[in-house]
Amino acid sequence: MKKLLTAVSTATLLAATVPAMADGERFVFVSHAPDSDSWWNVIKNALEVASDQVGVTVEYRNPPTGDLADMARIVEQAAASNPNGIIVTIADFNVLQGPITSAIGQGIPVITVNSGTIDQSKQLGALLHVGQPEYDAGKAAGERAKAEGVTKFVCVNHYITNPASVERCQGYADALGVELGSQMIDSGMDPAEVKNKVSAYLTANPDTNGILTLGPNSADPTIAALNDMGKAGQIHFGTFDLDADISQAIKDGTIAFAIDQQPFLQGYLPVVLLTNYARYGVIPPNSVNSGPGFVTKDNIEMVEAQAGTYR
Amino acid sequence: MTDERLQQVSKLRNALIRPELGATAGAVLVFAFFLLIAGDSGMFALQGIENWTVVSAQFALIAVGACLLMIAGEFDLSVGSMIGFAGTVIAILSVQWGWPIWAAILVSFAICIAIGGLNGFLVIRTGLPSFIVTLASLYILRGLTIWLSILTTRQTIIGGVKEAAQGDWLAAVFGGKILTGFFAWMGGNGWIATFSQGPKAGQPVVSGVPMLVVWAVALILFGHLLLTRTKFGNWIFAAGGDAQAARYVGVPVSRVKVLMFMFTAFCACVFATCQVMEFGSAAADRGLLKEFEAIICVVIGGALLTGGYGSVIGAALGALIFGVVQQGLFFSGAESSLFRVFLGTILILAVILNTYIRRMITGER
Repeated sequence: MKKLLTAVSTATLLAATVPAMADGERFVFVSHAPDSDSWWNVIKNALEVASDQVGVTVEYRNPPTGDLADMARIVEQAAASNPNGIIVTIADFNVLQGPITSAIGQGIPVITVNSGTIDQSKQLGALLHVGQPEYDAGKAAGERAKAEGVTKFVCVNHYITNPASVERCQGYADALGVELGSQMIDSGMDPAEVKNKVSAYLTANPDTNGILTLGPNSADPTIAALNDMGKAGQIHFGTFDLDADISQAIKDGTIAFAIDQQPFLQGYLPVVLLTNYARYGVIPPNSVNSGPGFVTKDNIEMVEAQAGTYR
Repeated sequence: MTDERLQQVSKLRNALIRPELGATAGAVLVFAFFLLIAGDSGMFALQGIENWTVVSAQFALIAVGACLLMIAGEFDLSVGSMIGFAGTVIAILSVQWGWPIWAAILVSFAICIAIGGLNGFLVIRTGLPSFIVTLASLYILRGLTIWLSILTTRQTIIGGVKEAAQGDWLAAVFGGKILTGFFAWMGGNGWIATFSQGPKAGQPVVSGVPMLVVWAVALILFGHLLLTRTKFGNWIFAAGGDAQAARYVGVPVSRVKVLMFMFTAFCACVFATCQVMEFGSAAADRGLLKEFEAIICVVIGGALLTGGYGSVIGAALGALIFGVVQQGLFFSGAESSLFRVFLGTILILAVILNTYIRRMITGER
């Protein structure tokens, strides 16, 4: 009888959680991020905006601990519930290959986003991929830097084991038309270590006139190093991603631009594209690059106001 | 009639003090509930059934080990880390070192069971609560796993196991499926759904019963028979009920407990092997929080945290409830972050029920 109580109270709880079924199509967005990852909040907000605008239901699912094997189960589950489309990150090609190809084999349209490459997306048979190609993002940064006169640079790589990081540096070098060679330094993650390595490099190579950092982990200590050396604002400085220190540096003129992969688009576009595919059968034939978007002194105010919600 | 041992016990009371009764009623209610609210969502179509069966079977694998250990009066918090560790060992041995998969699996099992034995040995020797000892192994194993995989591959995910496992006899025991012919035949007759496009077009969407499920059923049966039909089963109850009293009557308490730690490690390794064979890769973050999920299943299934009381069937039903609720919430379209609210609620109500039952049995106030 206690069990009955259990059931009654759980039933009430559940009933409260079941949302009213909206008309229109139902899509499932499966990410690899654990609950604690706040970066994905932007994507959740984008899903909400898109589903409101086009009148569909989008369910956001993720493995609570970030366990990719659990994520594979979620993709299988999504396929079993027969949605009108699935949007999924390719966090690990090996693990997700089976579940994603099965879903596609059942005739469910799939768009891949964020992690993974366009090639992997094609290999799975997905409609298209929405993400930021790392090499191209680095190249776009390099083109901007070249226009502003950079000829010799240092790429501060704090995550050298990740192939994507190396591609960013490579793209930057290629855009400048110079060899990457020893201009990419393995800085490690420790802030003091990064700072010292950057100082040492700039002292040893005083003709360096460009810096690329790959995220807050390498950007923040580099800003500190430049301030200490009195070189802030003297050297062209671009970075990936944003945080409080980086936006302050953009306002100060220390950093010329920050590259934003615009996660909003990774949530918004797939929903709109899949809806139109379900309703009218139209879909762009090629993958979409959500980034690089550039954050500079001109738009930093707007970006800061929306940081964490839409940017 | 003054002798309480001869006293008549009412049928109702007798039924109520069975540990799995609560879980049985709970399972029935959970199914009824989801049939009602998610009956047409694909949850009870074949593909949906496969989905929650596999998830429940995963929980059951580790719940059986945790259940026997808990009845023997101990905890193992290192189950989740053990899953990550075992998988990574298999992947490193097979992919990086080029060992045949069967050898990698066997060695991984040997290492895991040895670590389980070490856990038990430390608990017995130091007299420390197993909670603390296995909490230490939780951290040690997780750290070792990350270090080992970074050291050998510079990554925390090791892929390529599927290619290495191609045609291996032992890999099929963990990652294969049975009854595939039967399912293909049903698919061919159009009785079950088949793929409509892509490389697998024409094959059934559900191609067989995964070995994971077979392992879970086998372990549940083994655990149940061991506990209820053998002398060793009585020893497990005795060791967890009152270790000192059990020693006085000649039960080898230390041996029973160490063996149960080893069995728990074995179950974790089965879980890890099935996972690695199915997905073809191992990752250092696999199995996070699984130790608590195992304990939750066992507790929903009616075992007492203090040991000496519980049932494997109950734990299996607990795993079923856990799996069905987790996947069912998804099928019913509820917000996924509320799943934990729901789980916590079930857990606390189950524990309240269990405490009530214990008072009924022991008569304590």
